Amino acid sequence: MVTAQEHGHVLESKLRTVASELLKEKKVDLIIGYSKGTIPQRSSPYIARNPADTSNFIWNNLGYTNLAKYLLAKRKKKVDNKEVDLKIGVVAKGCVGRAINQLIVEKQVTRENVVIIGIPCNGMIDLNRIYEAVGTKEILDIALVGDDIVVKGRGFEKKLPFNENINTLCKACKIKTPPITDVLIGESNNLPIDEKFQDVIAFEKMPANEKRDHVQQLLHDCIKCGSCRQACPFCYCKLCFVDQNKPVWFNKTFDMNDILVFHLIRSIHLAGRCVSCGACYGACPIGINLNELTRKLEKLSKARFDYVPGMDLKTPPPMMAFKLDDDQGFILEE
Amino acid sequence: MLADHKSDQSHAEGKKAEWQPKIIAFLCNWCSYAGADLAGVSRIQYPPSIRVVRVPCSGRINPYFIIKSLLEGWDGVLVSGCHPGDCHYISGNLVARRRFAILKEMLEFFGIEPDRVNFMWVSAAEGERFSNMVKKVTSAIMKLGPNTQFARKW
Repeated sequence: MVTAQEHGHVLESKLRTVASELLKEKKVDLIIGYSKGTIPQRSSPYIARNPADTSNFIWNNLGYTNLAKYLLAKRKKKVDNKEVDLKIGVVAKGCVGRAINQLIVEKQVTRENVVIIGIPCNGMIDLNRIYEAVGTKEILDIALVGDDIVVKGRGFEKKLPFNENINTLCKACKIKTPPITDVLIGESNNLPIDEKFQDVIAFEKMPANEKRDHVQQLLHDCIKCGSCRQACPFCYCKLCFVDQNKPVWFNKTFDMNDILVFHLIRSIHLAGRCVSCGACYGACPIGINLNELTRKLEKLSKARFDYVPGMDLKTPPPMMAFKLDDDQGFILEE
Repeated sequence: MLADHKSDQSHAEGKKAEWQPKIIAFLCNWCSYAGADLAGVSRIQYPPSIRVVRVPCSGRINPYFIIKSLLEGWDGVLVSGCHPGDCHYISGNLVARRRFAILKEMLEFFGIEPDRVNFMWVSAAEGERFSNMVKKVTSAIMKLGPNTQFARKW
């Protein structure tokens, strides 16, 4: 059995060689991946434009950003005074790969302009759990040793088991390697999709007032900063409903209802599209457990429409399609 | 459009026992609006609790409209369109149905009184049905009482 530490190291060195070859052979104009972050507990997105840059690429379990978001910038290059789309390589873990597929289905990204460098992911570390364990002390180094996460700082060193401290979405994740890849590093570690969504079903069975109290408790600290929106690869509206002011859909107050409406509409927009990458959860500065909403969206899409977003390039997402015999149990009858 | 109801005083004011809910009804131009018209022309009685907004198609109704209505303090929302397969624009109500389904499901998940939001199909020939449906929705919302939980406080 390969430990989590070895898994990462092997991938990292392979990734660098593959990336530099792709750039040398001019198969791509640039490659988006992760590099060392400005703080030890987060990897930063990094763009490599020439083979020498690829030595900065790293692969660890701290890359919270969904790199598919960077494809939406749609930068062009000039060839013979003509504007041509850039050909972009993306270092893709399972959810990034699915996000790219979904964006291709939604016609935001062209398949020919993307080179998906697939990486078998083994889960991202849940930072909020680390903060819980460490407290308010400053983290100076965080690394995997064997199957443990070792967090170091001034005067302390903590060991936490890796498997228990990954994001809850990663624990439930079945598609760890992108379903469609151009270059695959390592071997696919995908599992069959047989999700039961016990956690969501248990929540849904609670009485309405308990659900309301729980959701209000969950979102109580939200400051509506919009980090979740900025991190999400599917929030690409030119004018977000939050910013619309003719009419104003909801007030910019910290009244609980306004916070609820923000998250309610955000989840409605993502229904049937969310690939459960956990980028919103990773981006939230308050540490709100947005995974609970993500799990619900995952279940909604699977249970109601039997659709798993981002698995292929053909099936239209449920909100772009319809059937004459869709479920209409919620519609009033005489 | 949505803010006007604040000056719209119920004629039953003063007698608190007879509280009438205020329900905003989004009716599709081609079926439900004509159905409501038929109910009126045929002099079929239904509770005076609904205020009608005519929309070109149920597919025109954005979930924002519904959520904003609740925020503005309406006690209930009624959305009505053509029966599936009868849409004037062929598939508007089918697209809308999926949208309403997830809206209702998410309202339930958030625990925001999903019963205040009601969807129905009424054709242009169903004046009787329209009146029955309004009666049903009004009595359901009377049971829930005024919308104090989700209406904005300030």
